[in-house]
Order: sequence, then structure tokens, then C-alpha cells
Amino acid sequence: MLELIDIHKTYENKPLLSGITFSVQAGETVCLLGASGSGKSTLLRIIAGLEEPENGQVLWNGADLESVPTHQRKFGLVFQDYALFPHLTVAENVAFGLKMQNLPQDEIKLRVVASLKQVNLSEFINRSVTELSGGEQQRVALARALAPRPRLLMFDEPLGALDRALRDHLLDELRSILHASGVPAIYVTHDQEEAFAIADRILLLHDGLIAQDGTPAEVALHPASGWVANFLGLGNIIEGKWLGDRRVETSLGVLEVDDKTGADMKKSVAVLIRPENVTLISNGNGLKGRVADVSFQKNEFRVTLENGLYFYTPKELEMGEEISYTVEAECLG
Amino acid sequence: MLLYTNHKDTETRRIFLRAFASWLSSRLLLWLLPLGFIGLFFFYPLGRILTYSFDTSVLTAENLHLTSNVLLFTFYQASLSTLLTLLLGLPAAYLFARFEFPGKTLLRALTAVPFMLPTVVVAAGFNALLGPRGWFNLGLMSIFGLENPPLQFVGTLGAILMAHVFYNTTIVIRVVGNALLQLDTRLMNAARTLGADNRRVWWHITLPLLRPSLLAAGILVFLFDFTSFGVILLLGGPGFATLEVETYIQALQMLNLPLASLLSAVQLLCTLAFSVLYTRVVAKTRIQVSPRPAQYNLRRAQKWGEKIFVIGMGSLLILFFILPMLALPLRSVSRLEAARGERADVQYGLTGDYYSELFVNRRGSLFYVPPIRAALNSLGYAGLTVLFSLLMGFPAASALARPGKLEHWLDPLLILPLGASAVTLGLGFIISFNQPPLRLLASPWLIPLAHTMVALPFVIRTLQPALTSIPERLRDAASSLGASPFRAWLAVDWPIIWRASLAAATFAFTVSLGEFGATALLTRPEYPTIPIAIYRFLSQPGGLNYGQAMAMATILMTLATIGILMIERLRLPGTREF
Repeated sequence: MLELIDIHKTYENKPLLSGITFSVQAGETVCLLGASGSGKSTLLRIIAGLEEPENGQVLWNGADLESVPTHQRKFGLVFQDYALFPHLTVAENVAFGLKMQNLPQDEIKLRVVASLKQVNLSEFINRSVTELSGGEQQRVALARALAPRPRLLMFDEPLGALDRALRDHLLDELRSILHASGVPAIYVTHDQEEAFAIADRILLLHDGLIAQDGTPAEVALHPASGWVANFLGLGNIIEGKWLGDRRVETSLGVLEVDDKTGADMKKSVAVLIRPENVTLISNGNGLKGRVADVSFQKNEFRVTLENGLYFYTPKELEMGEEISYTVEAECLG
Repeated sequence: MLLYTNHKDTETRRIFLRAFASWLSSRLLLWLLPLGFIGLFFFYPLGRILTYSFDTSVLTAENLHLTSNVLLFTFYQASLSTLLTLLLGLPAAYLFARFEFPGKTLLRALTAVPFMLPTVVVAAGFNALLGPRGWFNLGLMSIFGLENPPLQFVGTLGAILMAHVFYNTTIVIRVVGNALLQLDTRLMNAARTLGADNRRVWWHITLPLLRPSLLAAGILVFLFDFTSFGVILLLGGPGFATLEVETYIQALQMLNLPLASLLSAVQLLCTLAFSVLYTRVVAKTRIQVSPRPAQYNLRRAQKWGEKIFVIGMGSLLILFFILPMLALPLRSVSRLEAARGERADVQYGLTGDYYSELFVNRRGSLFYVPPIRAALNSLGYAGLTVLFSLLMGFPAASALARPGKLEHWLDPLLILPLGASAVTLGLGFIISFNQPPLRLLASPWLIPLAHTMVALPFVIRTLQPALTSIPERLRDAASSLGASPFRAWLAVDWPIIWRASLAAATFAFTVSLGEFGATALLTRPEYPTIPIAIYRFLSQPGGLNYGQAMAMATILMTLATIGILMIERLRLPGTREF
């Protein structure tokens, strides 16, 4: 359906997007995840036709959209701060896209009611949008984008301004609405929890490129690089040198890792040690470390060693205590 | 026990009552002077006008007929002026709100200067450019060897309209331009993603969002055009009688004070109605949702059409706003035609004669004194105006700075004088102060008092936000660091008060220097002010009189411009402009 080929864009003479290629399939929700300033919002605006790429193509079902202006693309966009029209009521906001299609009045009315029902806002139909709460405004924005039945829905950090609890609630709602409607969607966020909660597929954006493209499980279980693992907060990332034969030399010593094909000898690699893969042992045979910091989180102790390695354990350790442990390391290449 | 409590109760009540009384008396004391002043020099004269005009003997068919004719013309010229102002102002507002270009700040300031310039200066400026002895006509005459000026400008409706546009375009630029600048472009983008093309975005989103500011600017411009006096008297001539001009003519030339009062009363009612309308519209604009930081909307012109627009509009504004202001001082030092009675060939070239002539007391001249006396009078009046308006303004502003219930009621009273025109004020003074015990008409004090009344609302509005902004916690902090109350006051209050007072004083000074409406009615032949002198010079024939008008107007323009620049410098950041 939607296809992006080699999109380039500079911002204030610095490359922002330097060759983005991906596609979105029917009914799929794709999440663009990246730090702020990584160009994800710009990418959305390029897809919407609000900005032009310096290079590259945006295709829909194989047809180039370059000459198609925003208002003819039929891509819905939900803005970060909702961008509701302050001079229109809730119903008029939702009806706007339908009016632009010159639909008959009765049909507009029916579809406005239906859209508002979809987002559980039926009783707000004649309210002014300026008197709504943030969450309610967000739902109006969603209803407004859904009502004209767009071919593609895009979300630009739609929940960024809301508090955690409301965000989780709306996220669930949004997911079920998206699945029910079957509209393909692109969801931009910097919040990985949000991304994992809503995405069928996650694209990680870094340095103007896609650092990884995969399902949430793939991304979390097999991060493509040290940056991805670090950005997702998967665990301890340490530098290492590939010695071949499943061995990596690191500051902790030579570690045995899962086989990684194609790595050159002596090449520097990133090694991921997830906190759950650090095991305390009592016989003193493993790696040695001294406890530098202990704090209690949720239901376990978070222990940080002097070499920077952290892990969780139910056992309360003393500061300065000497311990022995083993690790399971993953080489990320 | 019970007794004791009772005793304590009465004690508390007594203390409370005493505190209340002292609070009230200190508050009232603050208000006594300004309220007394406004009462005597605004409400009393206004009341006199109203009693005069509602006398049944005034309401004759003839008078009503004249009044309605004048009213109609006033509406007509004000509507036309407003329309033309919007015609120039809207593209200008768009220019300032959407594009970055070199010299933008300067150009913006340039368009704002006329608004504060005295009407006589603006009239003289246009006269120097397009009048019968102006650059344009004299140039054409010498090129084509014509006997008479080919362009008839002074005395036409066009002159009035042009001067009004010159004056008020800045209002449109500021009010509509600011609204446009703060408009959330995401709303337009949202509309585009929902299928609206450019035309429909403009029609359904941009225009409705701008409507309150468009209305506000329109009403404000209309109000200023409606009450305009000097421009119409000097550029239009007696053929174009608006309510203001006709009031002046009836009061001074026909000596028909009742009819003048009737005209004034009609004028007052109209202004009141428009002011109320304006306030309601402004109240609406305030609920703008999430204004955007300006830089989101600003960009350099990129496409060809945009470049042409920026260059074309910029040049038009430069020409329109610079030419009259440039023509005036240049004309004041240029000899371009023979003085009356001179037979010899004209010596073209630079001359300082018009200035030196101001110091000569010619027999048979317009004045019994050298014209430069007018400048001295003006400076004297302006000094008194500063003194009076600070004297009245300070207590009122300090009471308003920490408003209580009392201030809530009194605040609008202080703003009301803004609604009355200067001519109305002058007329009120004439009617009120011509008999004992207030027989002041012959005294030179009346003019500075009238000027104070005109300047006072602005002075209070300048002082009050400054006094409100004094950070009291900083004063506490200074005390806690060991500063005596006086030292603390000196460190915290004084810098703010000093700055605001200087701004307010400059404002009062500049207003007084250029004030024409009230002065025109109250002036005595032997005490002319600069604007009055310019008016008299301009209405007399002869190249020398004309040149002196130019010289005098140039002096006034220079003084006023210095004043305007000073006020701009001293302006508290973030205060509202209109």
C-alpha cells in the first residue's frame, strides 16, 4: 500500500533523513520510534504532503504521490496538540472532512454521530472544543481524522501531552479502534512503551536511517545494534572485540556469546547483557565484582557493581560486598 | 469567661473598624485629587454640553437637518477611510506576519510613526508633497511651464482619505498582523489533511479565526476616522464638515453654542456606541487558543510570486510613509517660488529664511509677537501638562495598581475621557468656564488643563502596569538582607517608577505639543501654540507664510518624533498596544 523509497531531507543544512525506505501493508499499524529530533515528525509531514522530500518517492499502491497535494491524498493526520478548530463545535470539527467531500447533510450528520460514538464522545456533540479536557480533545481529534474514512491514518505523538494513566487507557482504546476499522496506520512516538503497546511493527529511527524494522518481539529479543538495545533500555551494553569462535573480549573478560555469523576478527562489537541474565553464584568461580549501589524497586533490589553492570536480585546485598556472578551475553554486531 | 470573650470581640471589632477607616481614608485620599480633577474638567463640562443640547429650543427642524447631514457625511468619510485603510493594511499585515526580510523592524516602526504624529504635522506633510505649493505640483508646473497647480489635492475628499489611511494603517498592521502571526499553522495543515484546498482553508479556517481581530481593527480605525478633526479641517477645508469640524465652526465662527452642543452630543453618543462595540469584540479576541511562537509562521520569500509581493509591498509602504515625512522638512528649507510681491526671478535653492523669519515680529503679520513665541508657549503648556498629569496620574495609578472594590468602580471613570473628542472637551470648557466663579476662559491655564484631560488616561495607563509590576517580594528580600526601608525602596521601586514616570511624562509632553482639537477652540490670539500657528500660516496666502508653516511643522515633527522614540524605548515589555 504505502511505500517510501530512499527519502532524504535536510533541516537547517544538516541531514535529517538520509535514505528512509519502508512500506506499510493493509491493516497494519507501524510505529516510528526515535528520540526527539530524529526526524520522525518530518517523515509524517512528508507522507502527508505538508513537506517535500529533497530526494526519494512516496508511493501509494505503486503510484507516485509527488504531484498529489495534501488535501487529495486522503491521509488522516492526528496532531500532537490535536489542532482542533477552536471556532467550531465538536460536531463541526468532526464534520469538517466530510464537508470537504461535499457529502449530503444527512449523511454528514449520521457519520459524525457514528464517529463520535466510536470514540465514546456521543454526549459531547454540541460542546465547544475549548471546554474539553485533554483526553476528550484527543478523542475528538481521532474522530475527526476517522470520519472521512482515510486510506491511511497517521499519529504524531498523539498522547504526548497526557498523563500516564489516561495515556494507557486511550492507547487500549486506540488499538481496538484501529483494529476494528482496518485502516493502516503510522504512529510516531518517542515513548517505547507506547510503541510496544500499539504497534504491529516497529521502525526505529536513528541518525536519519532506520536502525531496525521488525515486530515488537523481534526488536526486543534481537536488537540489531548497540544503539537499539540502549535506546530500548534492554540492559547493559558493553564494548567488545570479536575473537571468533563465539568469543568476545570485553572489560569483564572474555565472554562466550551466541554465534554471530559474518563478524570479522578483532572487529569491535556491542555486547548486551540483560539484567535478567546476570546470575549470582556462591562458589566463587565466576566473574568477581564489588557492589557500588543498591536500591529497592518494585519487588526486587537493583544492584549496580563498580564496573557499571546492573541487575536485579531478591537478595539484599551490602554496599562494598564482594560477589561472584555469571552472565549470559549477546553479541549485537 | 463569657464577659471576657465579649470584651475581646468588641476590641477586635474596634481594631478592625479603625483599620478599615484608615484604609478607606488613605484610598480616598489617593482618589481625591484625580477624581476632583476629572469631575471638574470632564464630567462637569460634559454635563453642560448635554444640558445645552437637550434644550428644546435647539431641536429645531433646521438644526436637526444640518446635524443629520453632517452625521451622514461623517459616517460616509469614516467608512470610506476604513475601507481604504483595510485595503492597504491587510496586505501589509500579511507582509509583516508571514515574511522575514531585511529592514523589517525599521519599516514596521516607520509605519507606526504617523499614528503618534500631531495631525497638523501630517496635514503639513501631505501639503508639502501634494498641496498647491508642494513638491509635486511645483515640479509639474516648472517642467511643463504651467501657470496653475495641475493637481487639486488640498480641499478634496481624497486628501482626507489619504491622510486617514496614512494615520491608521499601523492599527491594521498591528492588530491583524499579530493575530495572523500567532495563528496556529497546524490548524491549516489539519484542514488540508482533511481534504480542504487552499481556498477552503482560507474560507473555513483562516478567515473565521481572524474575524475578531479584523473586526477590532476595523472598528478602531473607524472610530479614529469618525472623530478625526485636524486632518479634515486642514486638508479638507470647510466644504467637508464632519461632526467635529462643524462643532468647531458653530462654536467659533457662528457663535452658536447650543447647536455646537447638539453636534457634540451626537458625536459623543456615536463614539460611546463604537467603544462599547470595540470592547466586546476585543473581549472575544482574548480567548485565542494556544497562540504559537511567532517564528513558526515567518519565513523568507522563496517563490517568485512571494518575492514580487515582498518587494512590491515593501516599496509601496516605504514610499507612502516616507514621502510626506520627507517632503515636509525638505520643503521647509527650499525656496521654490516667489514670495508675494517679489517681482524678481525666483532664486531656487536652499534657504534658512523660513526659520529665521519665525523670529521676526513683522508688522501686519499674523501675530502680535514673533511666531517663535508659539513654540515657547507650546513648551510652557507642555511642561504644565506634564506636571498636572503626573500629579493626577500617580495617585490614581497607585490605587489602580493594587485594585480593591473601590477601584473596580472607579477604573471605568478614568477611561471615559478617552471617549470624548478633544473638540468636545474644548467646547465643554468654553461653555463651562465663561462665567464666575470659574471665569477661566481668558486665562492661559485652561489649555494645559485641557491637555492634561486628554493625556491623563494614557498617563495612568502607562504608570499603572509599572506600579503593578513592582516586585514586592524583592523589597522583602532587600530588607531581609539588611536594607533600610528607604534603601530597599531605592533599589526595588525607584528604577521602575523612574522609567515609567519618564515614559508617562514624555507621553503627556508629546500629546500637549501636538494637541490641536481642544486648543483650536480655547486658544487666545496672543497665546498661539505651534499647531495653531501652523494652522494659521497654512490658511494664509503667500510663499513666506507657507514656508513658515513648513518650518514650524518640521520643528514639531522633530520634537514629536523624539518623544515617540523615547516612549518606545521606555515602554514596559509586553504591554498591550491598543
